[in-house]
Amino acid sequence: MASPVLPRPDMPAPQPVDGTKVSSLPLAGRQAEPFLRGSSGEAGDQVFKVTMLLCGSAVLATLGLIVYELVLRSGPSWHAFGFKFFAGRDWDPVNEKFGAMPFVYGTLVSSLLALLIAVPLSIGVAVFTTEMCPKALRGPLSFFVELLAAIPSVVYGLWAIFVLVPILSNYVEPFLSRTLGWTGFFEGPPYGISMLAAGIILAIMIIPIISSITREVLMVVPQHQREAALALGATRWEMIRVGVLRNARAGIMGGIILGLGRALGETMAVTMVIGNRPEIAKSLFAPGYTMASVLANEFSEATGDVYLSALIEIGLALFLVTIVVNALARLLVWTVTRGQPSRANA
Amino acid sequence: MPETTQNSALHTVAPIALRRRVTDHIMTGAAILTVILVLAPLVAIFAYLVYRGVGSINWAFLTQTPKPVGEAGGGMANAIVGSAFILALASVLGVPVGVGAGIYLAEYGRNRFGDVIRFTADVLNGVPSIVIGIVAYAIVVLTQKHFSALAGGVALAIMMIPTITRTTEEMLLLVPQALREAAYGLGIPRWRTTLSITLRTATSGVITGIMLAFARVAGETAPLLFTAFGNQFWNLKVNEPTAALPLQIFNYAISPYDEWHRQAWAGALVLIVLIVTAVAAVRFAVRRGTFGAA
Repeated sequence: MASPVLPRPDMPAPQPVDGTKVSSLPLAGRQAEPFLRGSSGEAGDQVFKVTMLLCGSAVLATLGLIVYELVLRSGPSWHAFGFKFFAGRDWDPVNEKFGAMPFVYGTLVSSLLALLIAVPLSIGVAVFTTEMCPKALRGPLSFFVELLAAIPSVVYGLWAIFVLVPILSNYVEPFLSRTLGWTGFFEGPPYGISMLAAGIILAIMIIPIISSITREVLMVVPQHQREAALALGATRWEMIRVGVLRNARAGIMGGIILGLGRALGETMAVTMVIGNRPEIAKSLFAPGYTMASVLANEFSEATGDVYLSALIEIGLALFLVTIVVNALARLLVWTVTRGQPSRANA
Repeated sequence: MPETTQNSALHTVAPIALRRRVTDHIMTGAAILTVILVLAPLVAIFAYLVYRGVGSINWAFLTQTPKPVGEAGGGMANAIVGSAFILALASVLGVPVGVGAGIYLAEYGRNRFGDVIRFTADVLNGVPSIVIGIVAYAIVVLTQKHFSALAGGVALAIMMIPTITRTTEEMLLLVPQALREAAYGLGIPRWRTTLSITLRTATSGVITGIMLAFARVAGETAPLLFTAFGNQFWNLKVNEPTAALPLQIFNYAISPYDEWHRQAWAGALVLIVLIVTAVAAVRFAVRRGTFGAA
């Protein structure tokens, strides 16, 4: 998430050299004096290296701790339900019957819906900023798109409740129901609070991720690919399609999967508009429930070991899915943009 | 192109060229349309935020604690301070570890183990915040037997670390090797070189990374739901449940009361303004303090 926001191209390596020579070398010299005379840095070096190694290991340990706690504490639920946990459709805390199917379904459908909306828009924006728009517009445009990423999830949710949902229930859903109601995906009362609302707000939230990565990937497509296509008489769009997009496929795919990873784990905005009912319905107008939102709603009120552990098992499943998705995305993006990521510097 | 259409020998080519040109225009139009569609929500969100928020912010909102349901007035002062408190805890826990790990990766991490940490940090970055909340609950809340500001701080710190680690590493790697060698040549020990030369040169970049991480967790709600938990009253004790601005916004937004909705908008505006101000202030300070890479 952080990497696309960093102004990497604006930071050529040579620049710090000049600045440093002027501003901090005298200082460094002054501070270094005692070390030149006093005890050498042998011991200090060892202490420092070990401390930094500990910090590095802490990152590893954190991930280990996450896995350990999730596996340990989801044990009771695992023993009680086994694999059937994810096939069960009943979520009945009172009788301690737990099936996570509606949550898995809700997470998958809302995320895929979000991708369906976000992917064409993000790629369009990325193509426009890198290939079509005047140079002067490039910076501001990507800044504004990335500003979307800076809005906290709860603010998206707030906006969705009071602006998006009324628009959906008054205009969009009645319209969809009239025109596409026969498909079965758009039927039922248009309350606004629905799977559709969750998908749309998720789409808005993942657009900055997908589009900034797509932009990064498009920018590293060699210029001569474009020139070759144009020289063969291609129009601008043909040049983009053949010379640019085709070359960037793997990286764009990585960006999409990264967006998917974000959508799967997104909690607050979805919880606020999806309706939070553990049911599986074909219609996108019906309320749903996602893995993340059941955790948000029920975790702090869960009574009983099995209930709590069932929720933690949902957390574990969510964790595993997002890890696989993210690892896949990283690999795809890495192969395209950085060649060999930071190893190139080593 | 005009010549080809007039040239009778190439007459068959002409309609294709026209179709291709039309396609080109359509795709350009489509790209512009996507930009408009993407920027529309951004504009809508900010416009609505300012429109609803500005009208709702008043002195009471910024200085008072919440009133019981049904009573008008009251504010989110305790939540604003609580958020700052939890964020301070998270920064104290997360920043040193993140920067340290970044230093390790940049200065000692060109090996298999470094790659493992690098990959772990990226994976950790993608873990849903609600899952991190569960883990902080399991580690801190279950041990202490009650919700606390500390638990919230731990959750947010875990979220800050990977971002800080990776940006610190990237920034340190931008510092030219010659600079390190010059320091070694003067007989300065390696650790001192790293701290006073390398890290110092990259300060502005490293701080930008820290601010990115800070801005990201400042608006987080999910990991605080069952760690800091929220509180209707003032609290500045590490071991007590603490109010946080995002939590308060969430609770008020899903409530059925108009007065609370109004305050949720005000809270959202305050949250965004605080995040932007904090980031801008630090960037400004860094830019003035050292030469600016940020």
